[in-house]
Amino acid sequence: MITAGFEYHRPTSLDEALMLMERYGESARPLAGGTDLVVRLKDGADEPGAVVDLKGIKELERLEASDEALLIGALVTFTDIIESELVREKLPLLWEAATTVASMGVRNRATLVGNICSAVPSLDSGPALLVHEAEVLVRGPDGQRRIPITEWFTGPKRTALGAGELVTGITVPLPKDAHGGCYARAGRYAGEDLAQVGAAALALDGDRYRVAFCAVGPLATRARDIEAALDGRSLDTDIIEEAVALVPDAISPITDIRASKEYRAHMAGILLTRALRTAVRRRAGEGPKYGERVV
Amino acid sequence: MVQELTITVNGEERRVPVEPNETLLEVLRDRMGITSPKCGCDRGDCGACTVLLDGRSVRSCLVLAVEVAGHEVTTLEGINRDGLTPLQQAFLDRNAFQCGFCAPGIVLTVTDLLARNPNPSREDVQEALTGNLCRCTGYAPIIDAVLETIGGER
Repeated sequence: MITAGFEYHRPTSLDEALMLMERYGESARPLAGGTDLVVRLKDGADEPGAVVDLKGIKELERLEASDEALLIGALVTFTDIIESELVREKLPLLWEAATTVASMGVRNRATLVGNICSAVPSLDSGPALLVHEAEVLVRGPDGQRRIPITEWFTGPKRTALGAGELVTGITVPLPKDAHGGCYARAGRYAGEDLAQVGAAALALDGDRYRVAFCAVGPLATRARDIEAALDGRSLDTDIIEEAVALVPDAISPITDIRASKEYRAHMAGILLTRALRTAVRRRAGEGPKYGERVV
Repeated sequence: MVQELTITVNGEERRVPVEPNETLLEVLRDRMGITSPKCGCDRGDCGACTVLLDGRSVRSCLVLAVEVAGHEVTTLEGINRDGLTPLQQAFLDRNAFQCGFCAPGIVLTVTDLLARNPNPSREDVQEALTGNLCRCTGYAPIIDAVLETIGGER
């Protein structure tokens, strides 16, 4: 039950939504899927004066690709992503990460943009967006801006979004050449649970690699030192062991109800190994299909 | 601020007064008397409140009632209007539930799954049901019943 009252608005254009965000200022909350916001309202963790429902704004439903990038609008749900042949074909790593989020009934409502706006450290979409160097599209009182995903997460549940601003979507550049990715994720059990550790690896042409983690630090982050150590090298067991040795410096896990920091640190190395091996195999058109769990 | 809401519930257009802070689950149960959706965890984790919104399974405890103005909601009462569905009959034949608290949510979740994927594997069924907790049965008879309705395991 939600005890506090609030006003509900359902604008039909982005301009109208931005006006409402400006009018209500700090007390306005945008609403898309609501799977995080409604829980916060029930907990009393948030007591907004006005909820601005974005679902009347058709342009935010866009899910489309140009030659350069995929655009994912703010109303695109995880189910939309999973059911999109476009995403599955062009960005299979992001598709794979989407399949690991919560449960079907939540994914039918929850949006990718909402996931990055909630910005919990364990967000499954974070590592895939980081290794693909996505950009967050923002509209606000001062017009539009694009925020690189590496600058988006500023702390647990904190983002670079400014006052009165709304995220309209995310663009993800499409890799030009053959690539393979893998999102490896550990949870307490196979069912619905937040990640204990998540690791994404992207193997690009020319033996360049990108690596990112979630749930092992205050924010989802790229591991650039690991990437630099792997750069230009064809991966074998010794080289992967070198990368795993760098993991402790790349992460800062804590102990909580889901895992101890020692377990998280250990599993981060295991998941990195599996994600890298799988990404390389997928780049060659081999290995487990996207969506098949490697943990 | 109370507002008059028009939604289609189980094929019937209904008008109800709602406050913005009422969830769809509360409005269905307390204002409309539709009690198949249950309040278990009240935070989207247990699936007992599952209903179909425009044909897709959602957690009605995480949807504000005002959000569904003009949309179509289906509960278990709407699913078995013309008698039990083959899925429900299979659950009954196998005595797939014990206490039954999770049953409406599971029926609707599987209804959503089969509408998208008429030929799910055992793993597909398990995956679809990860958000519907059953504390009686261990899921085995539930999953067996689902596979039986599609003509056996693939």
